[in-house]
Amino acid sequence: MLAGILFSLGLTGLLVRRNLIFVLMSLEVMLNAAGLAFVVAGARWHQADGQIMFLFVLAMAAAEVAVGLALVLEIYRRFKSLDVDQLSEMRG
Amino acid sequence: MELAFYIAGAVAVISTVLMLTRLNVVHALLYLIVSLLGVAVVFYVLGAAFVAALEVIIYAGAIMVLFVFVVMMLNLGASAVEMERRWLTPGIWVGPAVLAGILIIEVISLVRGSTASLGGGVVGPKQVGIALFGPYLIGVELASVLLLAGLVGAYHLGYRKVEKTEIQHDDTHKGRAVAGGDLVLAGADRPARTP
Repeated sequence: MLAGILFSLGLTGLLVRRNLIFVLMSLEVMLNAAGLAFVVAGARWHQADGQIMFLFVLAMAAAEVAVGLALVLEIYRRFKSLDVDQLSEMRG
Repeated sequence: MELAFYIAGAVAVISTVLMLTRLNVVHALLYLIVSLLGVAVVFYVLGAAFVAALEVIIYAGAIMVLFVFVVMMLNLGASAVEMERRWLTPGIWVGPAVLAGILIIEVISLVRGSTASLGGGVVGPKQVGIALFGPYLIGVELASVLLLAGLVGAYHLGYRKVEKTEIQHDDTHKGRAVAGGDLVLAGADRPARTP
């Protein structure tokens, strides 16, 4: 339930905000909510698998954030803006 | 225990909502940290103390430092000092401070109280470790490969070409030629430099 609320909040933020940093932060919230769901399920059935899955989610989030922030830096250097609507010229 | 779970969950949700409605990136980062701490307390209540510690260390520590660094690198402007002065007004940090204070009080009361967890038994770190390096060994390997790929990708994307200029004095090679390969005598015939 809490995981669902957090996930929908992150999704809303992803759709609403137009700043690339905010988009990345919303992605963080969504991944965190997914991990929370895993841990809750693992605690419910007394299994360690939930926490292991959370560890994998954690590692993936770390890699994703590193690459994403490097991309943000490169985009800012090139376009001098972080607005997603202005960056929609990636065609042809 | 139920109450602690609901308080921590409410703090996490409230701070996430406040994070999404901030206009400034750094304020949003403060609320995001509080949200992650709230989720960590939820983990602790659920009996997964190891994962709660990892959440605090990796998410609220490492990833937030990455975000702060990028915000710092993006915000190089002449108005930075003035902005700093505006950010230090109490209205900015009171909200995250209050939410984090609620979490601290809750954690202290939890640690001093009973250690029974909500919804079943505690899944300790030993059990997690045995399962992690037993049947999930291939997952660990895949995660390490993913982290390596992320490292190399981030380095490649963040690489900026630096122009290196080598300072060459006009008599750099002359003295070496005169000395005939003797490195002790190299440069001996150079005129003495006046500071």
